Amino acid sequence: MAGLSVELCGIELANPVIPASGTFGYGHEYAQLYDINCLGTFSFKGTTRDARPGNPSPRIAEAPGGMLNAVGLQNPGVEQVISQELPKLRACFYKPVMANVSGFSVEDYAYTCAKLDSQPQVGWLEVNISCPNVHGGGMSFGTDPSAAAAVIRAVKAVTTKPVIAKLTPNVTDITVMARACEEAGADAVSLINTLLAMRIDLKRKKPLLANKTGGLSGPAVFPVALRMVYQVYEAVRIPVIGMGGVSSAEDVLEMMLAGATAVEVGAANLVEPCACRDIIAALPAAMEKYGIDNLRDIIGGAHG
Amino acid sequence: MKQGLYTIAENKPLTEAVYRLRLAGDTSAITAPGQFVNIALPGLYLRRPISVCDVQEGLVTLAYKIAGRGTEQLTAMRPGTRLDVLSGLGNGFDVSLSGDEPLLLGGGIGSAPLYLLAKQLRAAGKTVRAVLGFNALNEDFCSGWFRALGCEVTVTIADGTGGAPRYVTDALPSGYSFYYACGPEPMLRAVFDRTAGPGQLSFEERMGCGFGACMGCTHQMRTGPKRICKDGPVFRKEEIAWPD
Repeated sequence: MAGLSVELCGIELANPVIPASGTFGYGHEYAQLYDINCLGTFSFKGTTRDARPGNPSPRIAEAPGGMLNAVGLQNPGVEQVISQELPKLRACFYKPVMANVSGFSVEDYAYTCAKLDSQPQVGWLEVNISCPNVHGGGMSFGTDPSAAAAVIRAVKAVTTKPVIAKLTPNVTDITVMARACEEAGADAVSLINTLLAMRIDLKRKKPLLANKTGGLSGPAVFPVALRMVYQVYEAVRIPVIGMGGVSSAEDVLEMMLAGATAVEVGAANLVEPCACRDIIAALPAAMEKYGIDNLRDIIGGAHG
Repeated sequence: MKQGLYTIAENKPLTEAVYRLRLAGDTSAITAPGQFVNIALPGLYLRRPISVCDVQEGLVTLAYKIAGRGTEQLTAMRPGTRLDVLSGLGNGFDVSLSGDEPLLLGGGIGSAPLYLLAKQLRAAGKTVRAVLGFNALNEDFCSGWFRALGCEVTVTIADGTGGAPRYVTDALPSGYSFYYACGPEPMLRAVFDRTAGPGQLSFEERMGCGFGACMGCTHQMRTGPKRICKDGPVFRKEEIAWPD
């Protein structure tokens, strides 16, 4: 029988497939479609200290092989997530969940992480220092190694749970950011967030998105993401979570060979609501086809 | 919501830019007028949301207007072609609010989802009036359908052809019990501003998923940020706020 399980920062995952933050809400929409307990885990919607209404619309655009989004971290705020969303989630998901956190100051990140640290359902804290769609927060922390390190240090000080730094590809050298996070105490890194992008509406002759720019995701970014995962795997000793355009079991295998311990799936969930369930179901056959018995054995296998 | 494969039974132009698409497949998830389906198209990443115009057991009728690459591509698809469709999306209109003399206000292709609503209201014995607005006379794809149901129909034509009223808001009758509106946002806003009575308005927006997961289609309403796809597309008048 194919060995699908992996270990992520001391927590066993039944398989490496993790719906990515922002594409899976707090789980309810998908739990109505399939039993989401088949997932390794999932990373819930990026949560901030205070509620955020998000950006004006339009927030979404088509792109060749993918899409742009400029949602802008719309979320009900950490108090509401703890009082409303997590109790609802308990009814349909029995595994540790990955809490995705964003902020606009080092203190914001620490405050929100401390709140979520106290929740037994939360297995990992994924710290988003890479959102391209907000101003004065998110990605501005993820493009400066010292700012990224400051966020990670502050979060590590308020939690005993594994801290995952979610990195942006919108930098000259992502390995510099990964190393800065590792040195600051991050237990893992996840990459890539979306690529900063734009579309022009030809009818209006103006940027299509109200935010002007948005983040590109989907299959178009997969080779870029794979390259960055490969580079970061060589640069750090902590586990790497690979994401960016993953849409099939074969994509998962490529990501793991490049160095990913686990693999997040984002945009695919939006166009194929059962994408993660189907990818997990397809993994054993894909492994057999390529002579893989255990996924643990192939992590970073493409190196050397 | 259900995902399934549907077979194109008909795909024919009604006007220069509006087509009627009939899809054979499982219609069990469609429970209210004003809901929509989200169609995967070959070569395009995002699905395309299109509102339901009519439904019967095993057959859903849509009317769509060519708006971009997706709908343009859809016009070339032949009967017999299979489409991957998410059906039964959104909350739809609440027929129980209608009172005895409901008014339907449609703007262009936004008239399409009002058809199933009109059908249900007529079946419930209501006296239904409809004001349907189009940019030009030759864009009227559906006023005959509403008349055939026994609705009292007024057509407005934005270019003023034949002395018709220009806008839906120029032809608002009085004495209706409740109104239902669907159309472009400027029309909805004009309707909102010029109607006193209670109503429901249906919005459209560019969507990511269409089922509430991505927060891609949010509008800021009085009651907070609302997803057009999942919390809407139909909202009660009193919930609605407009952008500055």
